[in-house]
This record gives sequence, C-alpha cells and structure tokens, in this order.
Amino acid sequence: MIGPFLISIFSGAIHSGTPLLYATLSEAVGERTGIVNLGLEGVMLIGAVVGFTTTVQTGNPFLGVLAAALAGGLFNMVFGFLVITRRANQLASGLALMFCGVGLSAMIGASLIGSRIEGLNEIQIPLLSGIPVIGRMFFNYDILVYSAIPVAVLVWWLMFRTRWGLSLRAIGENPTAAFAAGKNPHRLQYQALFIAGILGGIAGAHLSLAIAKTWAEWMTAGRGFVAVALVIFSKWHPIRAIAGSLLFGGAISLQLQMQARGVPVSSFLLDMLPYVLSLVVLAIWSGARRHAAPGSLGRVFQGTE
Amino acid sequence: MNGKKMNHTVKLLSVLACLALILAWGLPEATAQAKLKVGIIHIGSINDAGYNQAHSEGVQIMKKNLPNVEVIQVENVPEGADAERVMENMIKQGAQLIIPASFGYLDPALRVAKKYPDVKFVHPGGYKLAPNLGTYWASTPDAFYLMGIAAGKTTKTNKAGYVVALPISFFLANINAFHLGARSVNPKMETRVVFMGTFLDAPKEATATNALLDQGVDVLGVIVDSPITVVQAAEKRGAYSVGYHYLGVQKFAPKGWVSGIAFTWGELYTRFAKQVMDNTWKSEALLGNLASDFLTVAPFGPAVPPDAIKLVNETKQEFINGKKNAYQGPIKDNKGVERVKAGEFWPLTNIGRMDWLVEGVIGQPK
Repeated sequence: MIGPFLISIFSGAIHSGTPLLYATLSEAVGERTGIVNLGLEGVMLIGAVVGFTTTVQTGNPFLGVLAAALAGGLFNMVFGFLVITRRANQLASGLALMFCGVGLSAMIGASLIGSRIEGLNEIQIPLLSGIPVIGRMFFNYDILVYSAIPVAVLVWWLMFRTRWGLSLRAIGENPTAAFAAGKNPHRLQYQALFIAGILGGIAGAHLSLAIAKTWAEWMTAGRGFVAVALVIFSKWHPIRAIAGSLLFGGAISLQLQMQARGVPVSSFLLDMLPYVLSLVVLAIWSGARRHAAPGSLGRVFQGTE
Repeated sequence: MNGKKMNHTVKLLSVLACLALILAWGLPEATAQAKLKVGIIHIGSINDAGYNQAHSEGVQIMKKNLPNVEVIQVENVPEGADAERVMENMIKQGAQLIIPASFGYLDPALRVAKKYPDVKFVHPGGYKLAPNLGTYWASTPDAFYLMGIAAGKTTKTNKAGYVVALPISFFLANINAFHLGARSVNPKMETRVVFMGTFLDAPKEATATNALLDQGVDVLGVIVDSPITVVQAAEKRGAYSVGYHYLGVQKFAPKGWVSGIAFTWGELYTRFAKQVMDNTWKSEALLGNLASDFLTVAPFGPAVPPDAIKLVNETKQEFINGKKNAYQGPIKDNKGVERVKAGEFWPLTNIGRMDWLVEGVIGQPK
C-alpha cells in the first residue's frame, strides 16, 4: 500500500516541480546579474502559448518547446530594453511585463482553447523503466523532466565555473567595479536575460505541452511568482533550486494525493500546505548563514562617468 | 399631346418620389422594429468546452432561430466595474436585452439595470430580481443522479472521482446526487473528491486527475470552468469520464465517454428575445429541471451498457413525473450523522444549505 503512495507522491512532485525548476533557474540567472524580473509569469505564459500553437500547427511538440524557448528569450528582451537600456524601475517594468504577457498570450491563445495535441509523452527507457517501483518513480517522464536537472547543473556550471559566469556575478554584486575591470555590464545583462527568457519559456511549455496538454488563459496561475520566492529560498543557487522546486512541487502533489486518499483534513488547509512548508523550511534554513543575495540586486546600473 | 405626355411624366415622377419617400422613411422604421440587439458578456473564453461555451452556443442558436436578432458578445470580462462598463457600452450600441453570463455579474447587472429601466436583463443563477432583471437556471441534482447510475453501471473498479473547484453547497449537492445514483445501482461504489481551490488551474487539475487515477478511480467527473484538461487526462489513461456544462465535451474523450449534463440555452434565449421584441417579457426567477429544454442529458458513450441507458431514461421520466427525489431518506453523511430520515427527502429548493457529503463519498465538505 505504501509503495504506490510513494510512487504517486514522488512522480507528482517531479511533475509539479519541473516547471517550477525551469522558472526558478530563469529568475536566478537574471537576479545573479542584479535584475529582479517580476514579469516571469508573463514570460512563462508566452512560452506556454507559443509552444502550444506551434505544436498544434506542426504536430511536433519538440518544435513547440524550441519555439517556446525562443519566444521566452525574445519576450524577455522587451524587459531588458526597459530595465537595461531605458534604465526603468525593475519592479514596475516586471509587473508591466507580466500583464503584457497575460494579455498577449490570451490574445494569441483565444483560438487555441479546445485544440487537442498529443503533447510531450512519457519516454520509456529500455530495461530501466521496467523495474518495479523504481521504474515508475524515476524512468517514466517526458523529455523536459529528464533534462531539468542536467539543465540546472549546466546553469550552475555556466555561472560558477566559467569566466562568463564570473563576470555575470560580478555585475550582480558591483557593476561599477565590473565595469572598471573591463566588463560590459549592459551586454552581459542582456545575455543573461535572454538565457533567463529561454528557461522561462521552457517552464511555460512544460505546463501546456506535458502536464495539462491544453491551453487555458493564465494557466501558470501564479507559478511565476512562486519561482521568484523559490530563488530566495534556494539562495540564488541553481543546485539548491532543484531541492526547492521539488519540495514545493511535492507539497502541491502531496495535498492533492491526501485529498484523493481521503485524509480527513479540510481542503482549505491542505491548499496552504506548500506555502506553510516553504515558510517552515525557510525559517530553519535561513538561520545564521550569510545572506546570499547579489549585492546590487534591483539597482539600476547608471554607467560611469 | 406634348402637354399630356409631360403631365404623365410628372405624375410618374411624383409617384416615384412618393415611393422613395415612403421607402426612405418607412423601411428603416420597419427593420428597426423587427431587429433586436442582444448583448452577452462572458467571464472566460467561449471555446472552453464548458460553462462559457454553453452560453455562447445558446446565443448562436438564438441567432439562427431569429435571423433579425443581432448579437454583441464580449469574452473575458472581469466581474465588477469592468462588467458594468461593458454592459453600458452595449446599451449605447443599442442592445435591449443583456445576458450577464456569470454568477458574479449579478450586482454589476443590477446597478446597470437600475440606470437603464428600458433595457431587459436575464442573469443565470442569480438570487435577486429587479423589475427589468430576471434570472434563469436549471436545478442539476436530478441530472447528476442519472450520471451516477450510468457511471455506477459502467465502472470496473467501483470507484469514481470528482475534480471540483470549491466545496460550496451547490457542488456538494451535485456530488451527493451523483453518488446516491451510483449507489442505487452499485452498492460497492465509492466517490472520491478533490477540491482545487480555484476554477481555473489546468496543470493542477491534471495533477489531481492523476492522483485520483492512482487511487484506482476509473470514472472521472469534473466541476470546474473548463472540463477539457480532466477529461483528456482521464481518456489518456484509459478511464471513463462524465461531462458537465457543455454538450460537446465528448470529443475530448471519444473512447471513455459515459455521458454528461449540458446546459442547452438556445431555445430559452430564443424565447427571451421574442418576449422582449413582443413586449411580453416579465421579470421572474425561472428554475428549470430535467423536463426543461435547457437541461440536457448528453448522448451516451460506447462503454455504457444498454441496460444502464434504459434505466437512466426510465429514472429520468420518474424525476420528470415527480415520482422520485434524488435525496430520498434515510441518508447519512460521511461522518455518520443522519441527515435525512427514512421516508423523508431533502427538497431541491434547500440544496443551498447542503454542507455535508453523503456516506461513501471520500472528501471533506469544509
């Protein structure tokens, strides 16, 4: 009895956690260069709708993911233009980007509601998927799930093991110093936001192409904002983002599983579970350790005279 | 000769001129009398295969029935001040009948109705009336009871699951009726309920559907705005599904389709439009049932056994003839408390106060 329950919880956590992981990575990359993007929700929606329409038109969900990634990247460039070139306030621009994404995706998606797609299906891995329990727990997912952790590791490697990543983080800490050291803050921030947009677009595509396999207006339902919180939770670190996303995804899945199993707790209380759990872990983790927020997060680099 | 001819020409011309005058004056007058503009506002998308599409298809059928009626339709209107603005805009465009097609439009509609006493309003499910605002809805528990019969006869695991937006009394009443119907033909039946906390979160609905399927549920029902995600996810894993709101849900689950309850507003909207045009419209609280033409049992899917279809049709007649009540006592709730005594029944007019789930339903009503 406990076996199937664990499988359900675990695979539910993976499914709900994967889009959160991509979204959290997206936000983390941006924030590491000092840019808070509250418009992530909008970027995800653009990714979700472009991925869905591409899949409807071509019948190929992989093209859908590709288009979603590209659309997310380009949409984030709008944000980049506002906060990097025009030096606009990041929080206000982010919220504007979110509303723009909500409206634009609803417009693009208006004719897509009710369209059917095959979507991203589970890929069975020969031999491994056949193992009882383990097979269903670890080897019965779509391609974006399999690639999520490698992508997180890749983002970590880019940010912490390459010269490019070092420059990126330097800008997030102190753009003036980085500029004095010969870096071009604006160009690097644009690059970071483009990569962040790609990740945000993929997060949206996972929702529309793999999980729901439908398009619905504002289908992200606040996941973009959850990701902004998860970045703080994971202390701007891509590897810790894996744990944060799985924990939050697991809590969502757990509360639905508990309802389906008839656990006698009010659904209103169970709905709070992911948030309560996050608060508890945050309270325990934050403790005495050094606060890891990038030094110039949210500040606009005005250039140097 | 010449003078006579001219006289003729003048006469002819003057007759023509008169005709032209009559045409110029009379024709638009005539069309303006026959033409009616109907404004309808929706809370979501009209392609959701759910609540909104049912209303939208209603006005399309009305338009087909009455070609001289014009429709102004606006989607995705938030409840509140925006709704008022859109309704006033429609009235300025000449709309004489407004359908604010969401529960939360009731108060905005009442405010606009007070301002424009000559414009008629019909609101779905509202609980307040105004001299120029009437309400309409259909009572659904009997229909859910029928769905329970079909599901109880079709299931192989004896477990049904419902993905429901919120634990509000009307939804609890529907689930209870469904379960009582299923129990009446299948004593081993259990119904599991998962509440979403929202009317629209497709990824969460998919996760909930999978959670229910993991519990061995093989019939899925759904009470959220758009049934597409749940029904599709059930079909994909080989489960059966029961539709709600819109007649065309079946196309999302051709194999596992059981049946569905659909609001078919077309003929009712046609009657409203006609009444407004003949000035016979009256403000009333209209509540339909299975006998009404706007509450329809959808066609059955291939998996439903023939004896189940026969029983559903017979029971439907019993409901219509008033020989049967969905909540016939004795009924205990799922905490063991007796809610309806033997020989009594819970009247349909009282379902707004149903805050419990029937014995055998696994879920929390609060």
